Amino acid sequence: MIEFRGVSKQFDDGTLAVDDFSLVIPSHKTVVLVGSSGCGKTTLLRMINRMVDPTSGSILIDDEDIAGLEPVKLRRRIGYVMQNSGLLPHRKVIDNVATVPLLEGVPKRDAYARAMELLDTVGLDRSLANRYPSQLSGGQQQRVGVARGLAVDPNILLMDEPFGAVDPIVRADLQQELIRLQQELGKTIVFVTHDIDEAFLLGDEVVILQVGAQIAQQGTPSEILANPTNEFVANFIGVGRGKRRLSVDGSVESNGNDLVLVDSAGHAAGVVDAPGGVIANGDSSPKSRSISNKTDQAGDA
Amino acid sequence: MLFAAALAFIFDPANLLGEKGILPRLMDHLLYTGLSLGVALLVGIPIGLIIGHTGKGKNFVIALTGSFRAIPTFGLLLFIILFTGLGLGPLVFVLAILAIPPIIAGAYSGLDAVNRETIDAARAIGMTEWQILGKVEIPLALPLILGGIRSATLQIIATATIAGYVGLTGLGRFLIEGLALHDYTLAFAGAILVAALALVADGILALIQRLVVPHGVSRGMARTTTRSGRRTAPPALTGTPITEG
Repeated sequence: MIEFRGVSKQFDDGTLAVDDFSLVIPSHKTVVLVGSSGCGKTTLLRMINRMVDPTSGSILIDDEDIAGLEPVKLRRRIGYVMQNSGLLPHRKVIDNVATVPLLEGVPKRDAYARAMELLDTVGLDRSLANRYPSQLSGGQQQRVGVARGLAVDPNILLMDEPFGAVDPIVRADLQQELIRLQQELGKTIVFVTHDIDEAFLLGDEVVILQVGAQIAQQGTPSEILANPTNEFVANFIGVGRGKRRLSVDGSVESNGNDLVLVDSAGHAAGVVDAPGGVIANGDSSPKSRSISNKTDQAGDA
Repeated sequence: MLFAAALAFIFDPANLLGEKGILPRLMDHLLYTGLSLGVALLVGIPIGLIIGHTGKGKNFVIALTGSFRAIPTFGLLLFIILFTGLGLGPLVFVLAILAIPPIIAGAYSGLDAVNRETIDAARAIGMTEWQILGKVEIPLALPLILGGIRSATLQIIATATIAGYVGLTGLGRFLIEGLALHDYTLAFAGAILVAALALVADGILALIQRLVVPHGVSRGMARTTTRSGRRTAPPALTGTPITEG
């Protein structure tokens, strides 16, 4: 469990990036902090591993105030994945993945063996182990970044827009991979993004932030979609623009089991299971049917 | 012809050994160069690394490299000798003063060119500041650090000719004796020897510089050097050998 208690951060230049922020992040869940650039979400994330220290307030991991912990030790037990992978360009993939265990004094043999397993875990071929990061594609680099983040088997994984710099197809791939990984591993993941679709896809819980890291709304994707607390949230998640207000398009011939859904502007947005022309209620896996995840909540629409 | 005569002097075996021979003077020249470079490295590298790692004191580097270049080395040497008397110490001191600015500049600019994201990531996964410096910054900055050392070495080799004026030897003695005796062949031979030494040293250092470019960086481009986009020594750092004296 990670807990923010009345945390504020004012940078040297006077910017108040985070203003009295409180939040409890439960263990073994994926919590996504989402907001526009400059809302303070990355600052929040970097406070958890003391890359940034709060000006006031405190942060607790499993009820222990991290202000009293040695930053280097703390960071070594928290996985960190960043946007441009942040791999060391002069080290091979295997050495990048094994970096922290080697720093911790794990024998090279064991560290390498573990690193190889991690390549499997993140879906990379073992033959890439001896390549340098610059010889990999962007998506592969991000996978190596995730493998490195998992190398010390941390309880907490911090992810700072990890899929922000790869193309949409690779991103969708990596997102599914992360969902699969999380089902296997059950880490406490704090994920930062500005992409609300990504937030709804990955987050057990989503925290929508406004400037100064003010929480605009916090809840499960369904809760937020069903009841946006204010216009900011509604706009941010797209309900206000009608993108998520879906309706059945009766003009399209259905194949008998699916109905086409359109958004309020009339653009096709997905399909919904409708055996015999009747929309199925309470389908537990609506994601599998959608063109994109913006129709995740099709059943509610 | 002067050039041919100078070459004839250089390759005449009779001029190789002996008290005034080429070899002992070359060895002395290398000794002065090595000592001065050693002192300059001991002072310059730590300063450059500290400034590059912390990012503090950037203006100091610019001011230092600018103003130190304007110091007349020979003048400084004579000034110091007034107080200390002749000897190896003053020579090494002034040559080191000459060499420190390019060494600091090379170390600083090398570290400065390392991608901030790479360093940030290294810190975020739990490297200590020393580990960041030793395992990330220095390996990635090595080509530029060596560029500074290369430039410094050339300046020392060229300027060490002044040793001949203050009771020491080195290749500068040929120039001084040649000029004093109006034996321009001798003077020209001295100049050629200094230039040749500088070229050889430069070639060796250039080779080393290429060898230390880390694997993965040489192949991939761009990931280490976003800021300036430079991958080899900047032209300003690679001084051209000037033969003073």
